[in-house]
Amino acid sequence: MISPKILLSDKEIQVILHRLACQLIENHDDFKNTVIIGLQPRGVSFAERLMQLLKEDYHLHEIQFGKLDITFYRDDFRRRDTPLQANETDINFIIEAKNVVLIDDVLYSGRSIRAALTALQAFGRPKSIELMVFIDRRFSRNLPIQPNYKGRQVDVVNEEKVQVKWKEKDNEDAVYLVKNKTK
Amino acid sequence: MKTLSVPDLLGIKYLKKEDIDLIFETADHFKEVINRPIKKVPSLRDITIANLFFENSTRTKLSFELAEKRLSADIINFSAAQSSVKKGETLIDTVNNILAMKVDIVVMRHTNVGAGVFLSKHVNAKIINAGDGAHEHPTQALLDSYSIREKLGAVKGKKVVIIGDILHSRVALSNIYALQLQGAEVMVCGPTTLIPKYISALGVKVEHNIKKALQWCDVANVLRVQHERMDVKYFPSIREYTQLFGINSALLQEINKEIVIMHPGPINRGVEITSEVADSNDAIILNQVENGVAVRMAVIYLLAQQIKK
Repeated sequence: MISPKILLSDKEIQVILHRLACQLIENHDDFKNTVIIGLQPRGVSFAERLMQLLKEDYHLHEIQFGKLDITFYRDDFRRRDTPLQANETDINFIIEAKNVVLIDDVLYSGRSIRAALTALQAFGRPKSIELMVFIDRRFSRNLPIQPNYKGRQVDVVNEEKVQVKWKEKDNEDAVYLVKNKTK
Repeated sequence: MKTLSVPDLLGIKYLKKEDIDLIFETADHFKEVINRPIKKVPSLRDITIANLFFENSTRTKLSFELAEKRLSADIINFSAAQSSVKKGETLIDTVNNILAMKVDIVVMRHTNVGAGVFLSKHVNAKIINAGDGAHEHPTQALLDSYSIREKLGAVKGKKVVIIGDILHSRVALSNIYALQLQGAEVMVCGPTTLIPKYISALGVKVEHNIKKALQWCDVANVLRVQHERMDVKYFPSIREYTQLFGINSALLQEINKEIVIMHPGPINRGVEITSEVADSNDAIILNQVENGVAVRMAVIYLLAQQIKK
């Protein structure tokens, strides 16, 4: 087996996180009318890390934060080989007239984000929705969806997979490029 | 990644413990969904479900219908009273005619025991048994266990007494299977005439004294006296039944123990249970109804997951 190629190291990730936090502050100021929603499962780890940074380094303590699961909104229900398992949705506020920042780790086909946009409607009519992703795989989109904020843009072929790892979950901060097993 | 071990939900008898766990985990997510401002998800938008009710039902039918709508399925409803069944059509013909309209899942209630099993062998659709005669009512048992799990944290190790008309009850049999599968102890309590003779072979305790039964249990599932199924007199009078087996607050106070009170509905107030008890904080009767929608959504969702398009 070929060992996975490292795309971003721990240090690079910290720099990117700070940059993304600053970009959010630039656009949303004190977050009075903005909520942050992480997509289950992997987007939540990224979003939580960002929340921690906004609190500890930028003293923004009052940001509303939710977790959104999109399993029941996916368009590939019954089209996959393996059944989907749902995760917890935890949004205990209404997003009516709010600016929503949707956070996921990797933007690939855009289908998860499409599902998330539908799922968000169940929580009210937001004023706006922005998308932040850590990795943007820009040439593999199936739908007209683009991020407003991105950690790093990567150009990889479809047979390769980008894995974002977080200390809290995977014991390290790193982004890998992994060859998918032959089909 | 998990999936149900069965292709249809015909009875609790055919399920494994893991199936029940999976249904409950999925129901937890749906319970969150039905408490949102918009209580609907689009998962089953390309699935069509037929609700075939060959026997009267109000809450089960409503609950299934709501569960299906919350999952965005297309539904058609059928009740025997207004159908060609009256003209002599057979069950398989009726159902095949409905399936010719490209139906994926059939939810059926039927007066005959085993109607669901029979159908599953002859038609190409997922079958969910919504009650077959006095045999099984699996979704009711699932929602009962789910409600116990919600109230007491777990079903395992709990003592549950099912009180009343066990003989005519499909709820009782499905509950016995479901509770035992999850490691609960089960007792049945009622007049001798309404307890099936060999029920202890299922591994349940039998008690004819309501006070002793209540002293033993953590949960009391009170069944309705089903007048419509009784072809002969099983007890001398309603008044006597109420005196011997009715649950009232004086009785509960005397026992002085926290007991969760359940009832699958519809309640005969003042017969098997007094209004005071049915409306008290110990009763989780309305929680059962709410959980019914979530549990049925889970069952339908998990079965639909197996349909390949």
